[in-house]
Amino acid sequence: MSFQPHTTSLSKANGAGASTLDVSLGPQHPSTHGVFRMNVRMDGETIVKLQPVFGYLHRNHEKLAEKNSWLGSMPYTDRLDYICPITNNWAYAVAVEKLAGIEVPERAEYIRVIVGELTRIQNHTAFLGFILGDMGAWGSALMYAFREREKILDLFEWLTGARMMVNYMRFGGVRCDLPVGWLEKARAYVETYPAFLDEMEQLLTGNEILLARLQGVGVLSGERAINGGLSGPVLRASGVDYDIRKVDGYGVYPRLNFRIPRGTVGDCFDRFMLRILEIRESIKILQQAFAQIPEGPTLNPAVKQRGFKPPAGEAYGRIEGPKGELGFHLISEGGEKPYRYHVRPPSLINLTLLEEMCLGTKIADVMVILGSIDIVLGEVDR
Amino acid sequence: MNLPGSGIIKGMAVTALNMIGSYFDRAHAKRLTTEQYPEERPTLVETSRSFPFLVFDGDPEAGIRCVACKICEKECPPQCIYIVQDKDANGKAIRRPRVFDIDISVCMGCQICVEVCPFESIRMDNIYEVSSYNRFAPLVLHKEQLLKSNAYYNQIHPTEAAETDARIEAARIKKAAAAKATAEKVAAAKAAAAKAAEEKAAAEKAAPEKPSQPEQNA
Repeated sequence: MSFQPHTTSLSKANGAGASTLDVSLGPQHPSTHGVFRMNVRMDGETIVKLQPVFGYLHRNHEKLAEKNSWLGSMPYTDRLDYICPITNNWAYAVAVEKLAGIEVPERAEYIRVIVGELTRIQNHTAFLGFILGDMGAWGSALMYAFREREKILDLFEWLTGARMMVNYMRFGGVRCDLPVGWLEKARAYVETYPAFLDEMEQLLTGNEILLARLQGVGVLSGERAINGGLSGPVLRASGVDYDIRKVDGYGVYPRLNFRIPRGTVGDCFDRFMLRILEIRESIKILQQAFAQIPEGPTLNPAVKQRGFKPPAGEAYGRIEGPKGELGFHLISEGGEKPYRYHVRPPSLINLTLLEEMCLGTKIADVMVILGSIDIVLGEVDR
Repeated sequence: MNLPGSGIIKGMAVTALNMIGSYFDRAHAKRLTTEQYPEERPTLVETSRSFPFLVFDGDPEAGIRCVACKICEKECPPQCIYIVQDKDANGKAIRRPRVFDIDISVCMGCQICVEVCPFESIRMDNIYEVSSYNRFAPLVLHKEQLLKSNAYYNQIHPTEAAETDARIEAARIKKAAAAKATAEKVAAAKAAAAKAAEEKAAAEKAAPEKPSQPEQNA
């Protein structure tokens, strides 16, 4: 579909007597989660065609990484999915560790799981607020969600020195050990979290308007989700049991006891509820990790961070980020810089089936469907 | 079977409770209130970081720790550091920067310069009021603006600064011990050499002087 803003308003060209309207949603629209545009062709209010347009936030991430040292790319990964920077750090560290065959001390693995699951909680909490905003409920839900998210960001600031641009992981561990008293505060915070979640559920899940807006909207079957290469909560909401924490068993996840929630219908409501259930599982993981975390070093002393040179080779490292499978494909020539650095961002690939989910729905549902995928444009455009 | 609309009423009850509760300090939920900046200033956590600065001991000119090795300039991911090494009157390079600029409009505060610095000379500041009406000149910090005392560093990051000071002190003691050992070794070697020379001289004195070979084929 070619989009010509000055010539196509109402055209009778498509089908006998049918009048369609082309509308450009975005790029500066409060519900598009960033500078994302959708060219939509509507018949009345029903979507007949949808074309996503992205690239407004392109920052040359992959080429920059090929110009930088291996360590120098670590702070740039913070800026991929800026809602959850720690998991981006983690995925890159996992890829480099796989490439160079680096061992990670046990305490560092536990710290990674703790900060990673806190990131998952804060991402999903923000999601609960955002999707209500997409439905028009600006205010309470978003404010409650951001109040809770802020407390987790405070923990991150105490640990790493920055709320969001953390630059925390290193090859073979983490940059610094937990400060004195951090673990106690994090534990106390996680204890209070279920009460907030109950309150949030009471506020939202029984609400008839919310049910009417979410149930049966944007249904995606499991087969289609697999064909589209989707991952993360969107895939699991369609009933597919696939979580890289279980499949790969990276880090210390095999030692922790948790379940993978799944949806049955694959509509927006399943995706919404799945996030709430995932938060509850993350709390379980955190409680076990707090109990099990051992003393010891947090960084492998054999790894030289400055002037790091992995052996020549190729590796693909991935983790289960809050939004899905986040992977880094690295090719090394044995030098100080990567020869090729490729990111597999979950947000971009989860967007591939956006049109399929939106066809036949009303224009107001497009925003909800887009919100239920949970994209971040920093990661889509890179 | 729920009455229609009961979900909405439940949600409303939650909002009402939160609103009423916001007027009281509830035991289980500490109230979060807006900070009245700039009258009220946030207390920054110790690890908080914004932009780098250069540490000096004692005098800002003589006590500068930076030796212009340019490792940070090379490692900086967005390349916001610019260094020129100083030269003495004869044009010989001195281990000291003449120019040290950081463009904080480019700096992303990633702390990699701090990690790679082998001389403990660049550290993270926690300033946050650096906005200006001009986009260029005020945002390039020169050496004079970047130089801050070790006492200031101890004030903003006490734990980290104490660790750094301990490390420097340990290195100094080690260096002093090594220097002392070297001096002792040199002295011992000298003494041994002197002794050997003395012995040789004594031996030479004791031995009868060899008659010089007569030059036969003169």
